[in-house]
Amino acid sequence: MNEPIRVKGLTKSFGKGAALVRAVDDIDLSVAQGETVAIMGPSGCGKSTLLHMTGGLERPTSGSIMLAGQELTELGERGLARLRRTAVGFVFQAFHLVDELTARENVELPALLAGQSPRAARQRALELLARVGLTDRASFLPAALSGGQRQRVAVARALSNNPLVVLADEPTGNLDSAATLDVLRLFDSLHAAGQTLIIVTHDPRIAATADRMFTMRDGLFIDETRLTGGTSGNLGALAGLPELKG
Amino acid sequence: MGRMLIIARLAAKDIRYRPAQAILLLVAITAAAAVLSLGLVMRGVTTQPYQQTRAATRGPDVVADLFFGPSNPGSPCLGANCSSSTSTSGDAATLAGKASALEHLQGVTGSTGPYQIAEAVITTANGHRAGVVAEGRDEAPAAIDQPLVVSGTWIRPGGVVLERTFAEALGVSVGSKVTIAGYPYTVAGIAVTAAEPPYPNLCYATGGISACGALDITSRDFGMAWVTRADAATAAKASGMPLMYLMNLRLSDPSNAEALVSAYNNSKQGPTASTSLVAWQDIATADGLLIADQQTVLSVGAWLAALLAIASVAVLAGGRMAEHNRRTGLLKTVGGTPGTVAAVLLAENVVLAVVSAVAGLAIARLAAPLITNPGAALLGTAGAPSVTAAIAAEVLVVALIVALAATTVPAIRAARRSTVSALADAARTPRRHALMVALSARLPVPLLLGVRMATRRLRRAFLSMASIAVTVAGLVAVLAFHTLADHVIDNAMTGSIGLTDPVVQRDSQMLLVLTIVLLALSTLNAISATWATVLDTRHSSALFRALGATPRQVSAGQIMAQVMPAIPGAIVGVPLGILLFWAANGNGGLNWPSPGWLVAAVLGTLAAVAAMTLLPAWLGTQQSPASVLQAEMA
Repeated sequence: MNEPIRVKGLTKSFGKGAALVRAVDDIDLSVAQGETVAIMGPSGCGKSTLLHMTGGLERPTSGSIMLAGQELTELGERGLARLRRTAVGFVFQAFHLVDELTARENVELPALLAGQSPRAARQRALELLARVGLTDRASFLPAALSGGQRQRVAVARALSNNPLVVLADEPTGNLDSAATLDVLRLFDSLHAAGQTLIIVTHDPRIAATADRMFTMRDGLFIDETRLTGGTSGNLGALAGLPELKG
Repeated sequence: MGRMLIIARLAAKDIRYRPAQAILLLVAITAAAAVLSLGLVMRGVTTQPYQQTRAATRGPDVVADLFFGPSNPGSPCLGANCSSSTSTSGDAATLAGKASALEHLQGVTGSTGPYQIAEAVITTANGHRAGVVAEGRDEAPAAIDQPLVVSGTWIRPGGVVLERTFAEALGVSVGSKVTIAGYPYTVAGIAVTAAEPPYPNLCYATGGISACGALDITSRDFGMAWVTRADAATAAKASGMPLMYLMNLRLSDPSNAEALVSAYNNSKQGPTASTSLVAWQDIATADGLLIADQQTVLSVGAWLAALLAIASVAVLAGGRMAEHNRRTGLLKTVGGTPGTVAAVLLAENVVLAVVSAVAGLAIARLAAPLITNPGAALLGTAGAPSVTAAIAAEVLVVALIVALAATTVPAIRAARRSTVSALADAARTPRRHALMVALSARLPVPLLLGVRMATRRLRRAFLSMASIAVTVAGLVAVLAFHTLADHVIDNAMTGSIGLTDPVVQRDSQMLLVLTIVLLALSTLNAISATWATVLDTRHSSALFRALGATPRQVSAGQIMAQVMPAIPGAIVGVPLGILLFWAANGNGGLNWPSPGWLVAAVLGTLAAVAAMTLLPAWLGTQQSPASVLQAEMA
């Protein structure tokens, strides 16, 4: 599947009449397999809404979203849920971990919801926690983890069901520089492994890690830039962050 | 002063902007207050009608039962074992001696009688059979105890007058044909009296006739009738029962009746030990038995309702706290003390409790006449019972206790909460139950979600469990009562054919009303508990959906979260209900309803909980997960 995500004429409106607001206004977007796309823009420009619609968390007012070969606008709630279980992994700015579950149990959750056996879910969670460098924090509750560690748990959880695409909404918005670098390293490794990523951010340092960067304002894409940061592995070079390699 | 103003203003605003929750609180406390008020205002509600009847019938201050048992060789006997249908001169002398002794008791200023009474079987044209105590009276009115004819005419030869409650139970009216001891009679009239308790307590209650019940008819199936002296003698002879006479005494000071009776019965100063006296106060109490059970039912019901109301209010207050987080933080930021925070929440609920108490009292005052009708045995009606200051204070205190008991813990918790975390509007971190998390991982998705939702707020789950336990206990108590009532009716059926027992009928109606109130409160409680769970789990529910759970799975999880604590609650409620009825019934033995009914009560309650959870659970899934998750960050 060359283009797991293809969005056409996507619009999301709120309100009516004079109070009508187009949060997302006639957006077209195609994302290739293994590609990392960054969507930048100021707060309230509609980038999170676009991401949520792309992942089937929110329904558009009009337009088309093809994800994993399926038209999302034609799916019912159950179909959307199935798609979120199998094809999409979400990473949120606020982490959204379940407070009373340990890191491992949080990562197990999507696998259990997908009907995997507890043993398989546990095995997969431990593998993913190892991948994000948190093996020794598997039994910790979120409250006992740093912000960066929590976000790494969230990333591990997003990968639980081998999603076609990971959608990250301001993944470093709540993190300090060191933690931001940790998460960037993680995304870099995902990118290297061929994971398709869409990252919404207003931080140019994060956007610089992508293959393509869209700039959004008032619900519209106003600019598209092809970057080499992602493919060159020179993450953070433009943003003054320490070099990732070496 | 300024602090009070702030508290009052915030409390008022909160009530205005969250009307649904305020109404739920109002309804919960009002229902409990109304049931309690009804129980309280019914105290002594038959006193006035009894006095009215006593005045209209020239009721006696003391009634004497003169008993001539078969073992007494000198007694005037008209029974089957006697050779004569009239008293011998010696018998008459004995009777006259007894009567004279009573007339000369200290304080006695007048008397009527003695009147012969016959204990016999009465049958009606519609097939009813019951016991009757037929009193032989003069056709001329008596100076003391002249039953008031409310329909038809007074006695005549071959014409019987029946006590009104008894006539209603028999289903007869003026002109109906009946037989007494096998002799045919026409119902000449229907009357009321203050000299004897009405059916079904004539031979059953203290204050009634003590020596009846020798027939194959239960003591609850006897009613009063008046016939001519000759007809009474004929009936007594035909039935073959021991002879009895009634005598009515007037005292110079009616309030001394109980003291006189007590002294007489203890000393047995009469000519024989076979004379017993009954004071008018005891008769009044026996008349009140018609609604005494209702008071017991209401008293037990008030406790049940109060318990349910506490559970409802606690759940609602806890749910409101989930929405109060941010305001609590803001209040603290601008200098509000923990005391202020607690006071705001308490003030809201205290105001609602006061309003509920007033509403409950008003409802009780309006509803009381519907259930305090003194019955056909007495004249007049109880009218609207007066709500005294003591009753109002009692109801107010209980309403405040309900509100404070349920609100204090959340209020203190809010007061002690960190300002920063409150401002962040983060819900209190749920408790972790590792075992339940591990076990739930092996369950299907709806159960997995349900177990995790239920165990993250154990206090709320416990409240739900307690609420359901109280509900089922109420239902089982109702069933136990019906079992007993059926048993009583079955017993009565062995002596008579399907007489309607007005006490059982009234109690059944009261239990039905109470059951409806309890069910309404339980419904309210289930809805509020579910809504609180929906609010509390809205973030995790949105997250579960973002991670791939379907709305149906999340809704099913919400329902399971409510049903799971309800299961032990419903099971515990069964023995609790049996014990409750046992306590309310004056320890009169355990009454187990049939297993089928118990199973139906438990399963029905669980099904109702699931059904009531459906709507709030469904509503909880109607918001897009994105908007919930975004709102958490805002």
